[in-house]
Amino acid sequence: MIRDPKDLQRYDAGERANHWVVGISFILLGLSGLAFFHPAFFPLTQLFGGGTWARILHPYIGVFMAFFFVLLFLRFHKLNKMTDADREWLSRAKEMVDGNDHNMPEAGKYNGGQKMMFWWMTICMVLMTVSGIFIWKAQFTVPVDLARFGAVVHAAVGALMIALIMVHVYAAIWTKGTIRAMWYGTVTRAWAKQHHRAWYRQMTGK
Amino acid sequence: MALQSLDIKQRSATTTPAPQARQTIEIAKLIDVSACIGCKACQVACMEWNDVRDEVGSCTGVYDNPIDLTENSWTVMRYAEVEEQGKLEWLIRKDGCMHCSDPGCLKACPAPGAIIQYANGIVDFHQENCIGCGYCVSGCPFNVPRISKKDSKAYKCTLCSDRVAVNQAPACAKACPTGAIQFGSKEDMKDYAAKRITDLKERGYEKAGLYDPEGVGGTHVMYVLHHADKPNLYSGLPVNPSISPLVALWKGATKPLATLALAGVALGSLFHYVMKGPNEVSKEIEKEVEKEDAQ
Repeated sequence: MIRDPKDLQRYDAGERANHWVVGISFILLGLSGLAFFHPAFFPLTQLFGGGTWARILHPYIGVFMAFFFVLLFLRFHKLNKMTDADREWLSRAKEMVDGNDHNMPEAGKYNGGQKMMFWWMTICMVLMTVSGIFIWKAQFTVPVDLARFGAVVHAAVGALMIALIMVHVYAAIWTKGTIRAMWYGTVTRAWAKQHHRAWYRQMTGK
Repeated sequence: MALQSLDIKQRSATTTPAPQARQTIEIAKLIDVSACIGCKACQVACMEWNDVRDEVGSCTGVYDNPIDLTENSWTVMRYAEVEEQGKLEWLIRKDGCMHCSDPGCLKACPAPGAIIQYANGIVDFHQENCIGCGYCVSGCPFNVPRISKKDSKAYKCTLCSDRVAVNQAPACAKACPTGAIQFGSKEDMKDYAAKRITDLKERGYEKAGLYDPEGVGGTHVMYVLHHADKPNLYSGLPVNPSISPLVALWKGATKPLATLALAGVALGSLFHYVMKGPNEVSKEIEKEVEKEDAQ
């Protein structure tokens, strides 16, 4: 039921479903992971049926997410190649955060900030998956120093990832008219022209 | 094992102080390696008292049996043949939890109350609170905790906390036929060790000494060693054990700071929205698009 046929299709159903699968996995991993991160968050294990269940489930959800993140990566990595315009965008990111986008260079489907987010997420996912294997005692046994190192990396990168995702979510909330792209895939032409003008041109031929 | 009759000094994954009003004496087990004959009575007594039975293993060509600590063998005798001063020596060390004053397992444990340090110095695992993550294994500088394959819980020597609570010596000490395992207050054990060390020195073991490593704040299982300068001779007893800097980094101040940073990002986002307002599509562009449609 598309009410305005001139809205632009930003994500197809497969892309949206893939993103949601990764997103839900991330929330479950974040909540169960924080529970082991610091005692202050340990009560979060109750959401998973207690500490032991949280410990059992967390790595399996991790493997599940890693698999679907790979699919997401394959879908979007070509669109996230850094260009000079993106570097220019990043150098002016402060103005953007200040709420002044007049001097921002035209962005394609993704701006420099979004591309940075994509690559940071990719690096984090690799580090989380590998370090996660090192500390998955139920399935793998590694030399103790590797397990210790894995625990440090997993905790540090996990915290970084939560911070990055908070920025990712906030950026979507901040930029009005964005979240619908995640729900049903379309954005208005005005939205595209405002925030991703090069993509707007490409889509409309204007 | 949960025991209310012992006062608690430290509790895993707990950030507030434990009750401290009652002061009890620190206890210790002293293992006099020079008096050990390697009979394994302590291993048997341990299994007997604690109701654990290991699988009957197979001979691996050495006396060590089982070859390593397991969830059912909380103590094992380790036999090392070494040559010191041109003499063959058979060094037999009873391995097991050292009950550190600064326990790496407790520091690493994310489950509240799964690892307890009693005021008397005993470090005990409370399996009912254990979630089976294995972090205690990473935390331990002595490679002691073992995760059961049956129930995924962590197990190790309890220093017979249930016996100690009712003024009994640990089962291994009770069973030792040569008096190589002594039990009492830590002060008394140090005094006893000093006498043994004097005796050993008189008998030509000039480097005899007490193993009570400072790196972990001292231990509540101590050894009298004939070669205290080379603990490594005793089947790899660590020379200067301490909690790995990686564990300290992982469990130190960084996590509360990271938590604050995350709260900062969340609040920063909220206040950014409140102070800068949303990033809307400009009226101008909306009009442009409408105009194009009208054409």
